[in-house]
Amino acid sequence: MEAAIATRNLTRVFGGKRRRLQRKREPSEKRVVALDSVNLEIPHGELFGLLGPNGAGKTTLIKILATLLLPTSGEAYVAGYDVAKDPFPIRKRINMVTGGETSGYGLLTTRENVWMFSQFYGMPSRQVKKVIDLLAEEFDLQERMDAKVRTLSTGERQKMNMIRGFVTDPEIIFLDEPTLGLDVTAARSIRGFIKKWIQEQKGRTVLLTTHDMMEADELCDRIAIIDRGRILACDSPEGLKRLIKKDVTLKIETDRLKDTSVFRSIPGVRNFAVSENPKGRSMTTTFILEDDAPIADIMSEVLRQGSRVHSLKKTEPTLEEVFISLVGRGLD
Amino acid sequence: MRVNLLLNLRALVGRAYPRIIGAQREPSWIFFETLLPLLTIAAYVYIYEYLGVPQFVGFVVLGGTMVAFWMNILWSMAAQFYWEKQIGNLQLYMMAPMSRMALLGGMAVGGAVMTSTRAVATLVLGVLIFRITLVVLDPLLLLAIFLTTLAALYGLGMIFASVYLLYGREAWHASNLLQEPVFLVSGFYFPLKTFVTRLGAGGLWVAAGASIIPMTLGLDAMRQLLFPELLAYGLLRPDIELLILLILAPVFIYLARISLAYLERLGKEQGRLTLRHQ
Repeated sequence: MEAAIATRNLTRVFGGKRRRLQRKREPSEKRVVALDSVNLEIPHGELFGLLGPNGAGKTTLIKILATLLLPTSGEAYVAGYDVAKDPFPIRKRINMVTGGETSGYGLLTTRENVWMFSQFYGMPSRQVKKVIDLLAEEFDLQERMDAKVRTLSTGERQKMNMIRGFVTDPEIIFLDEPTLGLDVTAARSIRGFIKKWIQEQKGRTVLLTTHDMMEADELCDRIAIIDRGRILACDSPEGLKRLIKKDVTLKIETDRLKDTSVFRSIPGVRNFAVSENPKGRSMTTTFILEDDAPIADIMSEVLRQGSRVHSLKKTEPTLEEVFISLVGRGLD
Repeated sequence: MRVNLLLNLRALVGRAYPRIIGAQREPSWIFFETLLPLLTIAAYVYIYEYLGVPQFVGFVVLGGTMVAFWMNILWSMAAQFYWEKQIGNLQLYMMAPMSRMALLGGMAVGGAVMTSTRAVATLVLGVLIFRITLVVLDPLLLLAIFLTTLAALYGLGMIFASVYLLYGREAWHASNLLQEPVFLVSGFYFPLKTFVTRLGAGGLWVAAGASIIPMTLGLDAMRQLLFPELLAYGLLRPDIELLILLILAPVFIYLARISLAYLERLGKEQGRLTLRHQ
C-alpha cells in the first residue's frame, strides 16, 4: 500500500527569474530556495509533525501537497497521486486548516459558511447538517453556529475553520499551525480534537505544522525538523530526543551578555540558543554540550563579561533542545 | 459522471448562496445600489427634459438600471478573486475538487440574481418617479434578450475574473479603467445609434467595437422592445442583436474556461494563488 504522502527530492524555488506576464519595469524577485530536496514518506494513519521556524518551508510544503503550488523539481504524491499531474483525485481526499485563517463570508452564519465549503466537495446538505452538529458539539460551538461569522471571536473563528476542514471527512488533512494565536483553552480544545480524531478515524492522516514544541511532542507520532527548506531530522519525539540523550543540556539565566558568539569557541559546546526574557534585562541561554567539561569555561566567560548568574540548571532533553542542537537557534 | 455533475451543481449553488442570501442581509444596498443610481439617472433625465427631448427619459432609466449589472461585473466578478485571495478563500476554492467553471458559474449566477433585485428596484422607482410608459409588445423576445444578455455579460465577467486571478491591486485600476469608458461606448444614457448619426462611418465602428460588451446590444434591443415609438433609434433589429448575443455567450464562457485553466496553472507555477503568509 502506497504512503499517504511521499515526496522525492522535492524542491521549490521562488523568484530569480522574470515571470511570465510580469511587467518589464518590475524587478525580478530575489531567488529563494523554499524547499531543498525534501524526501518524506508518511504512511496512512500517522499524525506527522513538521517543526521549524518562520520561513523554514513548512507552508510551502503544505501548499504543494494541497495542489496549490507546483514544485520546481522533484515529485510529490498524495494518496498515491502526483500533485503536479493528477490534482483532482487528490482534492477529493484532502482538506486544510490554517492558523489565523479568515476565510468565509462575514455576513453568513457559522453554519452557512461551513455548509458552503462542504458544497465544494459535493456533500448532500442533509448529511452535512448532521456532521456539522456533531462537530459543533465536539468544539463546544453549538451556541454560535447561527451567529454571523463577523461576530465570532478569534478562538471561535478558528473552531469554525476546524469544523470546515473536518466536515468533509478527509483522508488526509493539512493543519498549518492550527493553534496559532489562540488562548490556552481554545488551543487545548483543538489539540484534544485532533488527538481524538486520529485515534477514532483509523487510517486518516494528519500533517501538522507547528511552532509549538509541546504541541508537537504531545500530538505527533513522528516529527520532521525543517530549516531553510531542508529536513534536518525525522523521527518519533522520543527518537529525536535520543539524538542528544548523551549530550548535556544546560540553561543559564543571566544579565544581558555583551557577546555570546564567544561561546562557539569553547571546546565541547555543540550549539546554543539565546532568548531574551520578556520582562527585565535578563536572558536565557540554552547550551547543548558534549559533556559537563565546558560548564566551567561558560561560567568564566559569563563572569568575565561582568554578568550576574540568576539561575543555572541541567535538564533532560526536550524537543526544544533537539531543535537547538540541529538548527543552532530557538524557534522564537 | 453523475457524481461529478452533482458535485459541480452543489458547488455552483454553494458559491451563489452568499451572493443571493448573504448580500440581502446588508440593508445598505437599498441606499447604495438603488437610491444612489437614481441620482445619476435624474441628472440625465433633467438634461433631456431641459433640451426638449423627454422621449429619451425612458432610455436613460433603462440604461441607468442596467448599469448595476456592469458594476457587478467589474467589482464582484472581475476583481472578486483579488478579494478572495486577500481573505484566504481563494486557496480553499482552488484546493476543492469542484470544476473551476462551477466556481465561476456560482459567482455569475449569484451576481446576476443579486443584481437583478437591485436593478428591478431601481427600474420600478425610476418608472414611478419619472412617469415612464413601458410598452411590452413581445415579452418572450424581451425575456430572451434580457437572459441572453446576462449570460453573455457574465460570460465576459468570467473571463475578466480569470484574467484578474493573478493580479493584486492592479485589478482595482483595471476595473476603474473599464467603468466610465464603457458607460460611454455602450450608450447607457443615450441611444447607441447616436455614434452613427454624429460620427458617420467612424461611429459605426465605435458601435461595432462596443458590441463586444454584451450590454451594448442587449440594452439597444431592450430599448427597442420597450419603447416601440423610438424604434428608429435602434442600431440593429432586436432579433439580430439576440442572435449575436447567442453567439457571444457560449464563446465567452468557453474562453473563460481556457483562460482560467491557463492562469491557474501559471499561478501554481509562480506561487501567486495565495498570499505569502497564507
